[in-house]
Amino acid sequence: MREMPGRPSRRGFLKGTAAGVAIASLAGSANAQAPQKEPPPPLDQYERVYFNEAEWAFVMAACDRLIPSGGNGPGAIDCRVPVFIDRQLAGNFGTAADWYMQGPFDPAANPTLGFQSPLTPAEIYRQAIPVFQDWCKTNHGDSFENLEAATQDAALTSLQKGEVGLAPELRDFFQFLLANTKEGYFADPGYGGNHDMQAWVYIGFPGARGAFTSWPGRENAKYPLGPVSISGERA
Amino acid sequence: MATRTDPKKDVVIIGLGWTGAIMGMELANEGLDILALERGDDRSTVPDFQYPNIFDELKYAVRYDLMQKPVNSTLTVRHNTQETALPYRHLGSFLPGDGVGGAGVHWNGQNWRPQAVEYRLRSYVEETFGADIIPEDMQLQDWGVTAEELEPHLTKFESVAGIAGKAGNINGEIQEGGNPFEAPRSVEYPMPPLKNTWDSELFADAARKMGYHPFPRPSANASIQYVNDYGMQLGPCNYCGFCERFGCNNYSKSSPQVCILDALKRKPNFSYKAKCEVLKIEKAADGKTATGVTYFDDNTGEEVFQPADLVLVCAYSLHNVHLLLLSEIGQPYDPDTGEGVVGRNYSYQMTGGTSLWFKDKVFNPFVGTGSGGMTIDDFSMSQIDFGKEGFIGGSYITCGHTGGRPIQQMALPPGTPAWGAGWKEAVGEWYGHNLSIGSHGSNMAYRDTCLDLDPTYKDRHGRPLMRMTFNWKDNDIKMTQFMKARIEEIAESMNPDAMASGYKGDGAQYDVRPYQSTHNVGGAIMGTDPKTSAINRYLQSWDCHNVWVMGASAFPQNIQYNPTGAVGGLAYWALEALRKDYLPNPRPLM
Repeated sequence: MREMPGRPSRRGFLKGTAAGVAIASLAGSANAQAPQKEPPPPLDQYERVYFNEAEWAFVMAACDRLIPSGGNGPGAIDCRVPVFIDRQLAGNFGTAADWYMQGPFDPAANPTLGFQSPLTPAEIYRQAIPVFQDWCKTNHGDSFENLEAATQDAALTSLQKGEVGLAPELRDFFQFLLANTKEGYFADPGYGGNHDMQAWVYIGFPGARGAFTSWPGRENAKYPLGPVSISGERA
Repeated sequence: MATRTDPKKDVVIIGLGWTGAIMGMELANEGLDILALERGDDRSTVPDFQYPNIFDELKYAVRYDLMQKPVNSTLTVRHNTQETALPYRHLGSFLPGDGVGGAGVHWNGQNWRPQAVEYRLRSYVEETFGADIIPEDMQLQDWGVTAEELEPHLTKFESVAGIAGKAGNINGEIQEGGNPFEAPRSVEYPMPPLKNTWDSELFADAARKMGYHPFPRPSANASIQYVNDYGMQLGPCNYCGFCERFGCNNYSKSSPQVCILDALKRKPNFSYKAKCEVLKIEKAADGKTATGVTYFDDNTGEEVFQPADLVLVCAYSLHNVHLLLLSEIGQPYDPDTGEGVVGRNYSYQMTGGTSLWFKDKVFNPFVGTGSGGMTIDDFSMSQIDFGKEGFIGGSYITCGHTGGRPIQQMALPPGTPAWGAGWKEAVGEWYGHNLSIGSHGSNMAYRDTCLDLDPTYKDRHGRPLMRMTFNWKDNDIKMTQFMKARIEEIAESMNPDAMASGYKGDGAQYDVRPYQSTHNVGGAIMGTDPKTSAINRYLQSWDCHNVWVMGASAFPQNIQYNPTGAVGGLAYWALEALRKDYLPNPRPLM
């Protein structure tokens, strides 16, 4: 993967990951007792299960605008959200395995009747990304990942508002992209995102602790313990 | 065609959720030979809901792991009889369960009794306000039973489920701290109320100051250790915040598993099969009785005919109706002519809410339980002058955290961007500083809100999907707007830093995408007139006397409460008629 001008560099991703580990270590002494975990590969060396290289470049850049790094709290890239999305699209969600996908289809139906595309979410990503990239080139002169941050935000806003000419069967693309990004930010880290539970640490969600018997009714008392994941990691 | 016919059973039960488990237990105690068929997976607390795997918001709350899979079973939806219905392709608005335990696994545990006037709503409205106030197309009906008749059976269900709460009216005597507007109860709840979260205390204080009557929500989450009528044990809830959409790892949330099934499974005259979907109830040549059921066994790929003397339809409300339609038991309802009974009077639930944000208050929203919290019933069905207000209906108004799961329970103040730096800043600033006051209200049935078979779409067995015709109507929108005004008065008195309301307004169309409630009712409604009801007051089919239909499909219109308490009570009511009257002499009881 090449460097993205004006974007956090590959080095930046690496630094972000290292910083995440550092924050987690500061959060409590528990980490010291846990066995040292092998750090995951940098995002540009991650072995994708669904996305091709061009899709990966787009999703990396889009996630980085939907939940940017910088300011308070980790960004989507710090949390390895693109890994989450890649794995989700290769799994039951991406293949619409649980959904009713028999025709006839009316993808332009009244949206209140819900999802009506003949395409699975994974297919929607695959078909919508090139359409949006062409729109970015026509309207902003370059592929999405090469645009300045403010232009990327404007392009994503156009996508959100349905202004980029997606066919009706692709119209849920932005909603999937945004929802999947937030899912990857906040889901259990076992799914590949929320790396080191950084998003949980940031908001103060304790994860899978699962027992707060003495806590109901306490007034203005902040719960003191950091999160645990389903696999037993602590942050 | 069935490839196999199995030996006859006394009773076949379709669906092993709450009502299937109740019927199985009680009829097994009568010595009958019973088989229950459950189309979904087999499920037990361990391993299916165990710690820590159940604490997975993505898998269970977002991807619906414990719910019905539309690929296996769904329905089509349209707003009116002129529209072409389209399939409910993935879940959103409502989340039917399947699998052993049914929706009784993933409910929150809000366990209510209807108000006395709700069982005889048409009579109440006519007597109190005059028939003229009933809109022409609103098909208001009485249930055919009264609060007094159902009382012992509601008590029995609450005793089995182990409900935590505070009575407000015991045999007509108003009890301090309970709901003064509830129908008279014979006894106090089996358990004291849950501990309150701070947000619900703040709401209760505000409501009290305005002269209202806050009381703890009746809850199927255990507040203490408890042993029920069947010797099943519940442990006190530890407020983990993973209730709705999850199975309970702690044996605290009442479910068929926790309250009935392990005792039932020990009975030699009861057996069940999971992954067995009933395709059709088979009728005798004269059409007056059922001979049994044909089911598809996913374990073997076989179609099996299971003969039985008694067929108990105990699936989710929508599937009960679908199965009756497919089996041609009872005349299908026709919204154009108003004739027919199966599919008549589908209704849903009218909900709305106001969210409040407080910069300086920390609520730890992950400390929650599915049904702790405080409620007022001052704007309930029995408390509203329908003639003056111009609508028929009511709501309870309630507050309490059920959890603080960050993907789905991240409420942000109005004006917050949906993404970007502003969104990220807001989740850090506002998570845990929010409370929400909800309105949970009635929904009336109308001539065109109904269920029938879809002409186009088929399920995986080649059977027509069921078609739902439903939209919001003026009466119910007026009701929810009335609640909005009441709730906003309470909310404003609490001086939040920000506030946002979400209620259906004029022209609101039913939207299948956002979750609203899984309180789908009607379609196989009970009553005393076979022209306007599919089952009689004992839940017995008018057409086939050995077919009995449990569940919220029996409600002629929706109550203002969550349905499970009434569903459980009706099951015990039907059992009494079955045991005392029907089994000794099988026949139509009315």
